[in-house]
Amino acid sequence: METGIAQKVLAGDVLAASRLMRGLEDEDANAIEQLKTLYPHTGKAYIVGVTGSPGAGKSSIIGCLIGIFRRRGLKVGVVAIDPTSPFTHGAILGDRIRMQQYNIDNDVFIRSLATRGWSGGLSKATISTIHVMDAMGKDIILVETVGAGQAEVDIVRVADTAIVVLTPGMGDEIQMMKAGIMEIADIFVVNKADIAGAEELKEELKVMISMKPHLPGQWQPSVALTEAVCDRGTEELATEILKHKEFLGTSGDMTEKRRARAKLELIDAIESSLMNYIYRNIDKGDYLEGLIEDLTRRATDPYSAAQRIITQLSQQLEPGYDAVTNSSGKPADRNK
Amino acid sequence: MAEKKIRILLAQFPLENHNRGLIAVAGLLRDAGMEVILLGNAVSNRIIDTAIQEDVDVVGISTYCGGELALGKELMKVAEKKGIKDRTAFVLGGIFPPSDAPKLEAIGFSGTFPPSASREEIIAGVKAAAAAKK
Ligand SMILES: Nc1nc2c(ncn2[C@@H]2O[C@H](COP(=O)(O)OP(=O)(O)O)[C@@H](O)[C@H]2O)c(=O)[nH]1
Ligand SMILES: [Mg+2]
Repeated sequence: METGIAQKVLAGDVLAASRLMRGLEDEDANAIEQLKTLYPHTGKAYIVGVTGSPGAGKSSIIGCLIGIFRRRGLKVGVVAIDPTSPFTHGAILGDRIRMQQYNIDNDVFIRSLATRGWSGGLSKATISTIHVMDAMGKDIILVETVGAGQAEVDIVRVADTAIVVLTPGMGDEIQMMKAGIMEIADIFVVNKADIAGAEELKEELKVMISMKPHLPGQWQPSVALTEAVCDRGTEELATEILKHKEFLGTSGDMTEKRRARAKLELIDAIESSLMNYIYRNIDKGDYLEGLIEDLTRRATDPYSAAQRIITQLSQQLEPGYDAVTNSSGKPADRNK
Repeated sequence: MAEKKIRILLAQFPLENHNRGLIAVAGLLRDAGMEVILLGNAVSNRIIDTAIQEDVDVVGISTYCGGELALGKELMKVAEKKGIKDRTAFVLGGIFPPSDAPKLEAIGFSGTFPPSASREEIIAGVKAAAAAKK
């Protein structure tokens, strides 16, 4: 990857931006350098997470919102995430099919991402794609994920506005509850208003919300009714999103959300650097192979083996460190 | 370092009304480990715009209705104008007169697949097209 890409991205070069996203997804070292340059220029975009079961209408709704936000003068980014097949490692990313209503212009940028097997925390590719769009000057970034799995819940949790899309008669609420997603919604959307049971679902959700204790000064989740295929109810949804944005701004919750996002991202960066470091060090020669051999013969157990590796690796950083107790061996040190 | 995945965009020109071929090809490329972005029916402008935003290695066009030569030319013109001709490969599959294959290649499609193309031929063709642009 060539250098100077960051400058091009800041100047609005879409070719450079998409190439950078690609580099970041493929974990290209130079791409990460470019992202460092861009980072100070990020943090301006408003991030909206949209989650819900497959087929609920997330992409259709986003397709409508793109046009609405453009008409209100906002520059729009979209990150649409679909699962990678665990068997073939390939993926079909089909969200764009339902996002074609808007007119092509330079102020809409859509990127499809496959999950590529991430398990927890923020997907690095997701957050770095968001950063690039942010640096490009997008005002609002909509992130679509299926509401299953920790990583997907996390990305919605750290969005500024979290939207959960439900449809009548699917029993989605139960699935969403299991995934812990009902708790994080700032706005519920009942989509497919044309289908029987939509009004009832909306009322059920309102009851559910009203049963939760509500502290003064706290955002009360709202429920929107949409028919995305006809662009119905979507203006109201867009207005509700902007209302939530304003609420976060005045209540100070925006700062909280941004801190949470920064924290997750930092922890993610630490974990991945640390894992790279650890693997580089234990993967020397046939050390790892030998350990696996020992484990298979039951000559040791994984817990002792892992603790021994970490104790050894950490000696330089903290003499006396012991992974079994996760502390420095000397009691005197611990009181410092 | 994560492995470099092949990303391919699959699209059809506006008047095409059969998408079964496109869906089948999407499935077999996914099974070959690629990331397949589906666009469906779209005009050249939108196809190229999407190829840029998704930074795909390959754009695959599925065609059954004819007119692929004229539309293909227009697609290439837009690709040229928007500056992705040297970073993105183009392939085309479906029903077209066999005599059009060399013409399609001459205007910039690095692979053409008639309905008789096997699964292996399609996968190998897409891989070769992608490799030529890296
Ligand atoms: N009847 C009805 N169908 C809808 C509505 N919104 C979306 N759909 C359809 O539901 C299907 C899934 O929509 P999609 O947006 O791809 O859902 P996603 O998987 O959540 O992104 C598509 O066939 C849409 O046309 C709606 O309001 N009413
Ligand atoms: Mg979708």
